[in-house]
Amino acid sequence: MSQVRVLVGTRKGAFILTSDGSRIRWTVDGPFFGGWEIYHLKGSPVDPSRLYASQSTGWFGQLIQRSNDGGRSWEPVGNTFAYDGVAGTHQWYDGTAHPWEFKRVWHLEPSLKDPDVVYAGIEDAALFRSEDGGRTWNELSGLRSHGSGPRWQPGAGGMCLHTILLDPVNKGRIFIAISAAGAFRTDDGGATWRPINRGLRSEHIPDPTAEVGHCVHRIAMHPSRPQVLFMQKHWDVMRSDDAGDSWHEISGNLPSDFGFPIEVHAHEPDTIYVVPIKSDSEHYPPDGKLRVYRSRTGGGEWEALTAGLPQRDCYVNVLRDAMAVDSLDACGVYFGTTGGQVYASADSGGNWAPIVRDLPAVLSVEVQTLP
Amino acid sequence: MIKVILPAHLKNIAGLSGALALELTGAVTQRSVLDAIEGTYPMLRGTLRDPSTRRRRPFVRFFACGQDLSHEPDDSPLPAAVAEGKEPFLIIGAIAGG
Repeated sequence: MSQVRVLVGTRKGAFILTSDGSRIRWTVDGPFFGGWEIYHLKGSPVDPSRLYASQSTGWFGQLIQRSNDGGRSWEPVGNTFAYDGVAGTHQWYDGTAHPWEFKRVWHLEPSLKDPDVVYAGIEDAALFRSEDGGRTWNELSGLRSHGSGPRWQPGAGGMCLHTILLDPVNKGRIFIAISAAGAFRTDDGGATWRPINRGLRSEHIPDPTAEVGHCVHRIAMHPSRPQVLFMQKHWDVMRSDDAGDSWHEISGNLPSDFGFPIEVHAHEPDTIYVVPIKSDSEHYPPDGKLRVYRSRTGGGEWEALTAGLPQRDCYVNVLRDAMAVDSLDACGVYFGTTGGQVYASADSGGNWAPIVRDLPAVLSVEVQTLP
Repeated sequence: MIKVILPAHLKNIAGLSGALALELTGAVTQRSVLDAIEGTYPMLRGTLRDPSTRRRRPFVRFFACGQDLSHEPDDSPLPAAVAEGKEPFLIIGAIAGG
């Protein structure tokens, strides 16, 4: 019978939640790296026993941990993220030029083909790649140097490269997203990049339709249709049907189009999930009701999914990397909250139950479906 | 032998229990102690000093013999009692919330 392994990064350590395919009874292991912020951990699609984790604190900086046994044991690997050449400057909050400085790794994206190849999205925003299982890291500096880098600026959470989507069909195509710069695409494996933000409109920047400066919170794709992208922006839920060349809004009847994560059903490329949040300063669900919204039409028309979720007095947030799906026949959907709950639905969102309720604030959730 | 006491989190990373004993040749300074730690336990590189600037991380402090040595120059000799192994060199995670 299949197994599901949920990898949870929190403010104070990592947790691994496992269940069989029924997804009813769960085992909770952890904390791993107790006391450290685990921004993200993720497994290799080609070797599910190979996991990577981003471990950091304000005291001791950044470590990268690697496991070869599905998270039972870990070893620290390389933690030197040196910008390529002269790092240069980007915009600071007050509009002045600020030097690029490494702060932490937000997201780790293992290659679709080689377990020793892994990408890292960091703050201050840059993309790094390791070809030796995380021992050494090299910047794909064409992203920062394509021209718009000096105009990027941090969002409230820092200037982070938080989304990395590897195109499973088009060799060499990678999508990334940065707060608050926008979305970018390479078609040559990371050598050259260009902004892909046409159609985005952001009222918090001087030119609402500028080429860069948009606070993109998350992008998602279905692997069978990688030219279609879904985006949760600071405000607005967006869709592109041409690999990001243009975007149109699909917020439709959502109660709020502010939010952080967006995810696609494992088997239905037009079924997508978001978690509406009240506003950019009120990071909690509207009306104190934790509701996942699902569109089965690729956006525009949304239904609230509430069964099993708190519908009163709930004021948690769901962060951008804290939602994921499994690939079992009845697609499982998972998300973690800043209140420490990890919720799971084994029926595509129809019904929810907490796997665990009292973890530290959840920063990230990833899911592995194991044979 | 120089005795070094690491913060608990870093002992976990390095797989250590108790104090760390280091054999140094030459001057006993903050820099030589940190170089020896990183040379012996490469997994700790970057945790005490920024890997690019090599400067002490802001929330890492160095105490010895009842003194805060955090702001002493990297190449200043450490107290004789530390160099002679009579007193430990304490590496502390600063009290800073969280």
